[in-house]
Amino acid sequence: MTGLLLEVFIYLAAAVIAVPLAKRFGLGSVLGYLVAGVIIGPVLGLVGSQESVTIQHYAEFGVVMMLFLVGLELEPAMLWRMRSRLLGLGGLQVSISAGLFAAIAWQFGLDWRTAVAVGLLLSLSSTAIVLQTFQEKGLNKSEGARSAFSVLLFQDIAVIPMLALIPLLAIPELMSGAALAADDGHHDMSLVAGLSGWMHAAVILLSIAAVVVAGHFLTRPLFGFIASTGLREAFTAAALMLVIGIALLMNLVGLSPALGTFLAGVVLANSEFRHELESDIEPFKGLLLGLFFITVGAGVQFALLVDEVGLVISLTLGVIVLKAAVLFVLALVFGVRRADGWLFTLSLAQAGEFGFVLISYASQTKVLPDDLVPVLLLVVALSMFLTPLLFIAFDRLVLPRYASNTEDRESDKIDDRGPVIIAGSGRFGQIVNRMLRANQVPTVVLERSPEQIDNMREVNIKSYFGDATRPDLLLAAGIEEASLFVIAIDGEEQTLALTKHLKHAHPQLKVLARAYDRGHLYALREAGADWVVSETYHSALQLGQQALRALDYHPFRAHNLTAAFDEAESKGRDALYEQWLKKDEDENFGRGFQSLYIELEEALHGLMLYDRDDGHSRSERGWTPPPKDYAASLVADPGLGKADGSDTD
Amino acid sequence: MSARRILVLFAHPSPARSEINRHLASLAREHPYASFVDLYAEYPNYRVDIDREQQRLCEHDVIVFLFPLYWYSTPALLKEWQDLVLEYGFAYGREGTALAGKYFICACSAGGPGAAYDASGYNHHSLRELLIPLEQTATLCHMRPLPPFALFGSRTAVEEGRRDEHLRAFSGLLDHLATKPLDAWLQSEACTVNELLSLSSGETPP
Repeated sequence: MTGLLLEVFIYLAAAVIAVPLAKRFGLGSVLGYLVAGVIIGPVLGLVGSQESVTIQHYAEFGVVMMLFLVGLELEPAMLWRMRSRLLGLGGLQVSISAGLFAAIAWQFGLDWRTAVAVGLLLSLSSTAIVLQTFQEKGLNKSEGARSAFSVLLFQDIAVIPMLALIPLLAIPELMSGAALAADDGHHDMSLVAGLSGWMHAAVILLSIAAVVVAGHFLTRPLFGFIASTGLREAFTAAALMLVIGIALLMNLVGLSPALGTFLAGVVLANSEFRHELESDIEPFKGLLLGLFFITVGAGVQFALLVDEVGLVISLTLGVIVLKAAVLFVLALVFGVRRADGWLFTLSLAQAGEFGFVLISYASQTKVLPDDLVPVLLLVVALSMFLTPLLFIAFDRLVLPRYASNTEDRESDKIDDRGPVIIAGSGRFGQIVNRMLRANQVPTVVLERSPEQIDNMREVNIKSYFGDATRPDLLLAAGIEEASLFVIAIDGEEQTLALTKHLKHAHPQLKVLARAYDRGHLYALREAGADWVVSETYHSALQLGQQALRALDYHPFRAHNLTAAFDEAESKGRDALYEQWLKKDEDENFGRGFQSLYIELEEALHGLMLYDRDDGHSRSERGWTPPPKDYAASLVADPGLGKADGSDTD
Repeated sequence: MSARRILVLFAHPSPARSEINRHLASLAREHPYASFVDLYAEYPNYRVDIDREQQRLCEHDVIVFLFPLYWYSTPALLKEWQDLVLEYGFAYGREGTALAGKYFICACSAGGPGAAYDASGYNHHSLRELLIPLEQTATLCHMRPLPPFALFGSRTAVEEGRRDEHLRAFSGLLDHLATKPLDAWLQSEACTVNELLSLSSGETPP
């Protein structure tokens, strides 16, 4: 017991220390786990490969859960939408890479079956590292990332047939006299032992049918019943039971547990319990998968790396270069161009975590000879370690080149002229533009993103490619005849610089600008913008008003409170601006600004609270009834009115 | 007597379509004795600034409502203006004497012909009768209401060549309000002040 606890403690401690550090250095959690494994294994020798075997069995369950989650994500509708890229890009990438690697491995004298397995496992890339990096770098929405995502999705799905295929590649010579069917030699139970071939096939088909049918018809009432009890842990238990039960069934009939849970995931992808299941399984998956990567790290044979450093490194670089070449060609063929093409090429050039899964699976099923396994593990791990370098190369070498190429791209010839020039047709500028166009006001729109221009063209809104901060382009856009300029480009500095330029070079222009926040607003105002709006201010007001309405304020009252807030805010804004102008050199906002802000904020609260006073209040304006006894005071005053003979009551 | 200061409160929600009021408005805007306020331009959101409006009222001796007649009354914003600005304790009530003694007049355009504003016409009442709520409001606010200044048949005034004449009359009205005695108008039972304008342009009978 103590031994087990100690071991678990070492693993967890390694994860707790290494993963946050790895993330801090921008390496991502997968690499963090691998490093943790390397440190407790080959470096410190805290865990030997022998004890790791037990833990490895638990760890492999992380893979099973990951596949369940992958299955859950596979909504048929989404797959259908992505079908061309998924099959085209993904299918070609996996088959061409796998084919090339297998051919090369075969050339190097490996058995053809081993070569096929090597080809398959090297063709996969690291979903975990790549998606996380996209997210961290905010590249998710780019064309390159979307293409990469479809390839990764295809790879994740392709793992399933690979897991099914690999046992068929088993090489009899590698088998000792041991059992032929067992996939890791640890099964003492089997439903299919001793069955004839067709009986075996029938049992397998029945099991799969059971998973599909039960998943479709039984899980809903079961989960519905458990959910209705409101016991969260019961639901978690049920989710775990489902995954473990399917894995067990698959083991019993000699199929891959990962395959079974993946199938179950797909069956449940459209279920209303999908998100609940996902969030329940996710932590277990994360932990067990982490454990899996640690065991992989712990299994790295440093001695081998040192002995064969040249071989390992050249193999790793070879893998990366070859994959990159395949990806680059595919990017060209599929029209993923320029920076997006490079992102696609560089992000997917490493081998992935599924490679580890396939290595251990292929080694258990005697497809890979034992001496090849540590080399492959090193190659896959090293290529993953090099991934951040590839992203750095993208940032440093590719992006600047295309940024300057953007400048080089011929700006569109501008054949429209209009009294209004709008810089930027993103989510802000396009609304301004639509509003003006709807009122037959001719506009000239300048936009820096070709993608955005194409998007707008699709809905028949014309904009011109060009950088609005370039004076020559502004002249081409007819700035000398324009009377109004709307700045809706991203980037606080660019907006400010453009405002200054416009007010300096074209003083006749009215400049309307969008500010990022309060400080930016003041800076733009100081730069001479005629009207500045904070980009989120008015939508926040609208939402605030809606919030009051949702709290049962009368709509008209909510409207008036919103307007009163706006009026107070505008007045306060002017006062704060005066204060801001006096800001100290070293401080962005001086102390005076702060206290003024607090003061205005209190005044605002007071203004909103006036309404609480009952009865007649002169400070609460707007439809306040006169006092209850007011009519008595209306008796005509002889000194007034009567004098000129007019009628009074 | 020093000239009276005139406040023209103009209310037209769509001046771009206006054929008459727009011109009356620009005339008032230029007039040396008048302060001109375009209410729909200042308060497009109907958020009337009560303090500011009351301040303006206090600074003037004659209050002119300039508007097209909508359903026998003012456009909505001018009604809103009344509801908010003519506050209890300011314009009426025991202490509400801020407007005492000021003159009040409506300058409005009516779509229907003059004959329609008659007991025998389809409106059954004279314009002055129809504007009694405004007149009474002014009275309750201790102001001195004058008969309205009006243009009938305003939709066809341009075609019939009556606009220039009306503009001249409005200019005369503003001059008169600024500088002439108003007692005769005040006591008149006339349906509109237009009838009295020619009278006053000559020598006012004692």
